[in-house]
Amino acid sequence: MKYRETAVILEQREISENIYSLWLHADDIVREARPGQFVSVYCQDESRLLPRPISICELDKESGRLRLVYRAAGAGTQEFSGYGPGDTLELVGPLGNGFPLDKGYEKPLLVGGGIGVPPMVELAKWLPGEKTVVSGYRNSDLFLKEELSRNAVLYVSTEDGSAGTKGNVLDAIRENHLETDAIFACGPSPMLRALKAYAAEQGIDCYLSLEERMACGIGACLACVCTSKDIDAHTNVKNKRICKDGPVFAAEEIEL
Amino acid sequence: MMNMSVNLAGVEFKNPVMTASGTFGSSAEYGEFYDLGCLGAVVTKGVANVPWPGNPVPRIAETKSGMLNAIGLQNPGIDVFIKRDLPLLKKYDTKIIVNVCGKTVEDYCEVVERLSDQPVDMLEINVSCPNVKEGGIAFGQKPDALEAITKEVKRHAKQPVIMKLSPNVTDITEMARAAEAGGADVLSLINTITGMKIDIHRRTFAIANKTGGMSGPAVKPVAVRMVYQVAHAVSLPIIGMGGIMNGDDAMEFILAGASAVSVGTANFANPFAAKETAEGIRAYMEKYQVEDIRDLIGAVE
Repeated sequence: MKYRETAVILEQREISENIYSLWLHADDIVREARPGQFVSVYCQDESRLLPRPISICELDKESGRLRLVYRAAGAGTQEFSGYGPGDTLELVGPLGNGFPLDKGYEKPLLVGGGIGVPPMVELAKWLPGEKTVVSGYRNSDLFLKEELSRNAVLYVSTEDGSAGTKGNVLDAIRENHLETDAIFACGPSPMLRALKAYAAEQGIDCYLSLEERMACGIGACLACVCTSKDIDAHTNVKNKRICKDGPVFAAEEIEL
Repeated sequence: MMNMSVNLAGVEFKNPVMTASGTFGSSAEYGEFYDLGCLGAVVTKGVANVPWPGNPVPRIAETKSGMLNAIGLQNPGIDVFIKRDLPLLKKYDTKIIVNVCGKTVEDYCEVVERLSDQPVDMLEINVSCPNVKEGGIAFGQKPDALEAITKEVKRHAKQPVIMKLSPNVTDITEMARAAEAGGADVLSLINTITGMKIDIHRRTFAIANKTGGMSGPAVKPVAVRMVYQVAHAVSLPIIGMGGIMNGDDAMEFILAGASAVSVGTANFANPFAAKETAEGIRAYMEKYQVEDIRDLIGAVE
C-alpha cells in the first residue's frame, strides 16, 4: 500500500558538506516501509513539478519516524534543506521493491558509495547473518559511520586516502580480504558495474539499487527505465521500471 | 440537481475530466491511490501494433513550471494491452479511451481494428508525438497527411475517433479543419510543444533524445489560446489539455470552448490531481451557481 502523507519535520542537520539528515514523522509510510525502498518528496515551490526520489535511511517503526539522508544537489533538494522542525513536506511512499531479506545468506556484504551509503543503515538492521559494510567516501568525513557500525562490521574507502583504504570500495574489499556470499549495493554506476563484475567473477549473488531521473515515481510514465537482459513481463520489451520493479535488481537481470 | 456530464460524439461522460495519454499508464498505478470511477474517462498511454522499446535515458527533465519528456512511446503492444491492461481498466466505472500510435497508416489501422470488438468507448489517434522518428508527428504537421490518415482510420474504426493535434504547427486551425474534413468525431489538443534543455555544467543535452515534448503549467496559455482558436474554426467537440493542475485551470479550457479536459503532467506533481480537478470543477459550479457544465462550454466573452 502506498500513501500520500503530510509529514512533519522533527529534525534536520547538515551531517557532511551538502549532505542533510532529515527526521520526519510519517506514520503510514513508516508502517509499510522496508530497507531499499524510497519516498517521493514534493517541492513546495510550485515551479518545481516533479517529486524528488529519496532513499530511506532509517525507520523507527514504533514512533512512526522516518530518516532521509540526501545530498542538496539542485534547487529542489536545496529547498528541502531549508526546512526545520515543525515544517511539513508532502511525501508519497513507500515506493519501489526494496532489498531481498529472506535469501538466507550467511555473510552478506553491504556496499554503499557516496550518497548510496544511507540505505545501508536500515538494511544492516534488517538483514540476518554476519554482516559487513563497506562504505566509499571522498574524504575522512565519514557520514553515518556510527549508525553503520551498530549492526555490522564497517570498512571504509576514501578517494584521498585520509581514512580506511585509499581508493574505491572494491579496493577496500580486496585489501581486507572480505569474504561474502552476497553483495547488496547502492552507489554511482561505475561502482555498481565493478561490483557486478566482481560478483560474477566470485560466483556470488549481487543486488544493485539503481538510480535514474524519475517523473511519476510509481511506474506509470516509463521515464526511469533500465535495460534488462530479457524481455520484462510488464513492459514486454527489454527494459524495467526502476521506480516500480526496482530500484533493487539482481545484477544478472540488468545491463549496466 | 447539478449536471457535470458531457456528451462527445454520442458517448456520455459523467464529468469532463480525463487523463492525458502517456501520464497515466493504463491506470493500474493510479488505481492504487483512488477509485478511478470519479473520472469522466481514462485515456491510456499510446498502444502500437507491436511492442515499442522507447528512447534511451534520461527521458525526462524538469523545467520551470514544466517538464520535457522523450519517452518515445514505449508500450507493450496491442496483444498484451488487450489481454492484461484492458480487463484491469474495465473494473472502474469510467469510460475508456485508448490512445493509438503507429509508424505507418497500416500500423494505426491494425490497432484500431484489433480494438473494434473490445470494450473501448473511444479511440484517440496520436498523430502528434514529437519524440519518435517515424509516424507520430509526421502525420500531424501536414494537413493533407492528417486528413488522409483520419479518413483511413475512420474506415477501420468502430468507435468514435479523436484526433490529437500537435501545437508544433504554424496554424493549428488548418490542422483542425483537415481532421474534420477527414471525418474525425472529436479533437484533442494540445500535445506537447517541442523543447530543449542543456546542462551547462556537463555541456550535454538534459535528455538523451536532445529534444523533448514540453508540458506543465508553463504551456497552459498556449494551449488555452489554441483551444479557443480551434473551437471557433470547427464544429467538433474538443478535449482541451496542456498544463491543467486543478479545477480552475480546467475551467479556463472549458470557457475557451473545450467540452472536456485532460489532466497530464499534474499527475506527477500530485497523484490525486485528476480526481481533485473534477472536484474543483464542481466547486466552481457551486460557487457560481451553474446548474449545467454544458452552459459553460465556450462561454468566455
